[in-house]
Amino acid sequence: MADDSPAFHPDPEVMLAYAAGTLDEASSVLVATHMALCPRCRRESARLDAVGGALADGLEPVPLSAGALEATLARLEDHDQAASLAPTEACHDHATLHSVPEPLRSYLGGDLSALPWRWRGFAVREMPLDIAGGGVRASLIRVRAGAALPAHTHTGVETTLVLSGAFQDGDSRFGRGDVATATHSIDHRPVATPEAECLCFAVIDGPLRLTGPVGRLLNRFVRM
Amino acid sequence: MQSISPPGTTARSHDALIEAIAASGDRSAFAELFAHFAPRLKAYLLRLGADAATAEEIAQEVMLTVWRKAASFDRSQAGAGTWIFTIARNRRIDRLRRERRPEFDPSDPALVPAAPAEADQTVWTGQVEGRLRIAIDALPPEQSDLIRRAYFEDLSHREIAEQSGLPSGR
Repeated sequence: MADDSPAFHPDPEVMLAYAAGTLDEASSVLVATHMALCPRCRRESARLDAVGGALADGLEPVPLSAGALEATLARLEDHDQAASLAPTEACHDHATLHSVPEPLRSYLGGDLSALPWRWRGFAVREMPLDIAGGGVRASLIRVRAGAALPAHTHTGVETTLVLSGAFQDGDSRFGRGDVATATHSIDHRPVATPEAECLCFAVIDGPLRLTGPVGRLLNRFVRM
Repeated sequence: MQSISPPGTTARSHDALIEAIAASGDRSAFAELFAHFAPRLKAYLLRLGADAATAEEIAQEVMLTVWRKAASFDRSQAGAGTWIFTIARNRRIDRLRRERRPEFDPSDPALVPAAPAEADQTVWTGQVEGRLRIAIDALPPEQSDLIRRAYFEDLSHREIAEQSGLPSGR
């Protein structure tokens, strides 16, 4: 349904870096979790993958050392056994299953209600998540209905994905699946809408917000 | 690179070769795929900063994954070149960046499905890869170079913009 689809998406540059595999892990979790909620970005991601496939296929081949094929053929059989080792899946309660799509859910380490939330003032609780990546911080944030989101004291960029509820920032309303990108230079004070608690996933000091030439250039292909 | 075409078979598409592996564990299909893709995978990994030994090792691992996961290949979702590229990209993140590659789960109950009209809007197949490559090659060199570097260099786009002398940001 068009009405359920997110209205705010990651920057084109960020989608591109995700497709290229150069985006940090925390930001990649945000992009991929947004994609679970956004069919449009799933299609765009498939197209950016196809650009990568086309480019990689066009590279000048570099020969492998002699016997590489034979060595690989000899290993085909041991890999048949490795295939049967599937990871066990964690069980989650209904609220967690419904609110937090994969891949973010796998990073929680428990159900939403059981996590060691930390109070940040009267109306905000935060749950820092341990996601690899130099200098990047990632947190789940719960904001009481009608309350302001935490003040932005960071010096870089904060990207926020709404998981449930909504917040209002100026004229824009960010609901489930929407991605808000804010820099410290933008004066804003987002407030959770009055109907319900707002649950967000925030990545701080992720990729610099750039609307550079690469994303614009690629848009022409991606819409082909 | 040795190219192995089994006698008595006509040229099969890369998509068909992966499907032959899935259907019957066809080793000659694998050898054909290997001859085409392994040297390109090695080139891709070298471009992204792997040394020659590591690039070769990862290229072989990627081809083993192609063998192992051939049954999950779906040509209506992505062409062979795209599918193999994504395997190589993810293996590189795992091996060289030592990070995980987070991806959405298509069978996740929380996933928002595409509206029926959107779902069959575009089918991206192997032919699309060829069309894209022609389109990229038709660009002015400084523009196609910019796109290649976005995929083949692990730099921020600001660095790419600075090095190319093109403005970043608005």
